[in-house]
Amino acid sequence: MEKETIFDDVIRAFKENKTALFGLIVVVILIVLAVFAPYVTPYDPYEMDLNNRFLKPSLEHWFGTDMFGRDLFTRVIYGARISLAIGLIPSLIAVSIGAILGVISGYVGGRLGYWVMRMADVVMAFPSLLLAIVVMYTLGATLFNLFIALSVVGWAGAARVVRSQVLSIKEKEFIEAAKAIGVKDLKIMAKHVFPNCLPSLMVLFTMNIPDAILSEASLSFLGVGAQPPTPSWGLLVSNGKEFLFSAPWVAILPGVAIFITVLAFNFIGDGLRDAIDPYLKG
Amino acid sequence: MQDNLLKIKGLRTYFFTRKGIVKAVDGVDIEAKRGKFTALVGESGCGKSVTGLSIMGLIPSSIGKIVDGEIIFEDKDLTKLSYKEMADLRGRDISMIFQEPMTSLNPVLTIGRQVGEPLRIHSSLSSEEIQERVLSILEMVGIPEPRSRLKSYPHQLSGGMRQRVMIAMAMICQPKLLIADEPTTALDVTIQAQILDLMLNLMKKINTSIILITHDLGVVAEVCDDVNVMYAGNIVEKGDVFKIFDKPSHPYTWGLLRSIPRVKNRSRVRRLYTIKGMVPSLLDPPLGCRFADRCDRASDICRKKEPPFNSIEEGHLVKCWLFA
Amino acid sequence: MWKYILNRLLISIPILLCVTFLVFVLLNVVPGDPVALMMKEKVSADVVARVRAQMHLDDPWIIRYFRFLWGLLHGDLGTSYKLQRSVTDLILQAFPRTMVLAFSAALVSWIVGIPAGILSAIRQYSVTDYFFMGFSLAGVSMPVFWSALLFQYVFALKLGWLPVSGFYGWQYVIMPAVVLGWSSAGLIARLTRSSLLDVMRNDYIRTARSKGARELAVITGHALKNALLPVVTIMAIQVASLLSGAVITESVFGIPGVGRIAVDAIKSRDMPLLQGSVLFATILVIIGNLVADILYSFLDPRIRLER
Repeated sequence: MEKETIFDDVIRAFKENKTALFGLIVVVILIVLAVFAPYVTPYDPYEMDLNNRFLKPSLEHWFGTDMFGRDLFTRVIYGARISLAIGLIPSLIAVSIGAILGVISGYVGGRLGYWVMRMADVVMAFPSLLLAIVVMYTLGATLFNLFIALSVVGWAGAARVVRSQVLSIKEKEFIEAAKAIGVKDLKIMAKHVFPNCLPSLMVLFTMNIPDAILSEASLSFLGVGAQPPTPSWGLLVSNGKEFLFSAPWVAILPGVAIFITVLAFNFIGDGLRDAIDPYLKG
Repeated sequence: MQDNLLKIKGLRTYFFTRKGIVKAVDGVDIEAKRGKFTALVGESGCGKSVTGLSIMGLIPSSIGKIVDGEIIFEDKDLTKLSYKEMADLRGRDISMIFQEPMTSLNPVLTIGRQVGEPLRIHSSLSSEEIQERVLSILEMVGIPEPRSRLKSYPHQLSGGMRQRVMIAMAMICQPKLLIADEPTTALDVTIQAQILDLMLNLMKKINTSIILITHDLGVVAEVCDDVNVMYAGNIVEKGDVFKIFDKPSHPYTWGLLRSIPRVKNRSRVRRLYTIKGMVPSLLDPPLGCRFADRCDRASDICRKKEPPFNSIEEGHLVKCWLFA
Repeated sequence: MWKYILNRLLISIPILLCVTFLVFVLLNVVPGDPVALMMKEKVSADVVARVRAQMHLDDPWIIRYFRFLWGLLHGDLGTSYKLQRSVTDLILQAFPRTMVLAFSAALVSWIVGIPAGILSAIRQYSVTDYFFMGFSLAGVSMPVFWSALLFQYVFALKLGWLPVSGFYGWQYVIMPAVVLGWSSAGLIARLTRSSLLDVMRNDYIRTARSKGARELAVITGHALKNALLPVVTIMAIQVASLLSGAVITESVFGIPGVGRIAVDAIKSRDMPLLQGSVLFATILVIIGNLVADILYSFLDPRIRLER
């Protein structure tokens, strides 16, 4: 029998789960569009053209124009950069920090482990949006600070999950066996405990991304995230809010972008979780 | 010839997995006589549990099914019954107990409720009458202070107690046939003996026939009347227990008996005997005799053609070319 | 069980304290002098002086923290800069509206979510399953502010069936409750489905069938009781989280609840108001988690009756 690694499971997940594959394709397309934004869009996202305000979607302006005459499609594509970055980076940071703290807390245990968990409890006690709002108030409302805010909010959940995983792995006999042979703790943590956490870490990471994207969109919508004229999708919807009746596309179309992106990541996350979970259950 | 309560003919139960078809039970004939203790012996993975589940109709239809064969219980073919008809038989005429009493009992329901459930399903007794029966069966299986146990939950009992509860649950409708799937494997040896005694007692009192599925030859020798030795989805040797232990014929049976460690001469350190090789994959079973690879006495024909059943003596059959 | 409950209660208290500390530090200490911040907004000198004195800003921050804590224990959350009213009063005035919205949304999510989850699990991989799970996934993937606007556009502006925003009668609650409820329902449905599927894989389900129980009885009598345990706890947490002010929904639909207050506070840099509403919300969530834990320990006999 071949040795099955976690990557085989990942590949299997996408091969079998058509929706997950679809999600992956959508995300890849989005990434490509975001990276090559200047080449894909004919207009400048910031250039105003007050003679062409509120144009309906047409062949020249696929998504129409907004209240300043800016091409909405261009702004949405540039906004993809923000959403993807804010989805991936804070999630990566949060899950990494959470993983390290979780492994320490779970494996080393003792006083340190206990207090790390209490800190996580405190962070998790907050409704996440409100905590992010408070952090944004403290740091000031810019996109960069948003990265920090979302990382701060996200690490606690990851730490908790990792810790419980570590605790259950710790009890497993192969760890006892390793210790009995005399393998040092740090090596056990690195070579045995951590790799066994990888599946759930991956799932955690992919499930964190949609939350991060939605949080950024919500915060920018409320005005405490990205500031104009940054084409953050949340901000775009917020801008269009007042013109909902007269020019609904300005508010609705960026929202469609958010929806599709988050949906795609959720498809991927679900697919991964379905494939990896049985692996966890052994 | 004694009356056959259950007669399985040519049973084939296959599982349909991503990696292919697993032929867990591939052509099995078993007879369980009325009033007798029949054993189905074999190592893990040989298909004995699947056989038990097939009789009960409990193979999850999403992954497996009985593709061929008959299971004649009294005069009905169980494989041809509808879900409803089978459900009527389960718990009332045929019961099953399982290996892991902890996970086999519902953690959020009381003992009283779970033991009484077969009566609620199959009879029209009032709840007081049901409770009386529950109490009496709990007493019969040796649960101390049954009345206070009615409101207990499974996690509050020890392993041995839980298994007794499972037995009570299976016997409360006085079934004609009890299938016991490794009932003592998860228990201490001392409890094991008690549970076996209990089963023998109940067998006599309630007149139930038992099919015992196990890997433990010691248990078989102690309590069983008839033995069926199973290997890789086939029965390889069957017959009266005395005859089988007196003249073990199939190389596998022989190997099993030799594998039992013996502490005869402590000064001599002896290597534990193991049957060389590994169980063949049931995804792609070999042609011919499935034990051929591991058999010391295999010959060409063994690897090419499946051996037929041959009679060694009255009431003792072996599936092996050596006896053809 | 009581030991467990007591344990949870005792842990909550230090968590609560840490929460107040964190909020205080983040809002009062880190950004620096609130007066200096206000000065950015070109506030007149006597207001500055008044605020300074009021807030005893010349004291070290630890003292200020304890003063704040003391006030908190007496229900005093300070005074709103902008509105010049007691924060506690403002919150208590806004809370009933949030309660109405929260309970309506919760009801929607349970009535829709739980049956959807059960049906999906029973008929796994069928059309029903895909439909409900698609519906749930959509609910969870849609930004609430967007679905809110969508609903407003279709039902209020285009069709005119429901009012756009405001809070003057029961019709005003329908859209917000549905919008908020949809995403919560999605969560509940997914959880119910996975929980039920998990439970159905257990050995005791096989035992129930071996007794001759019909499929319906197996599901209602054996599976659901086990499967709904985690769902019930999530429901409790959900209510708490809804009560802590559905910030976005209240914003878009113009409902003057606690969430709206928080948003207004941050926009006008009204620190005491923001502080008060965030603390209020967090305390509610902590209580909600506690209730969820207690509920679980009560319902699960394994915890209720420790050996």
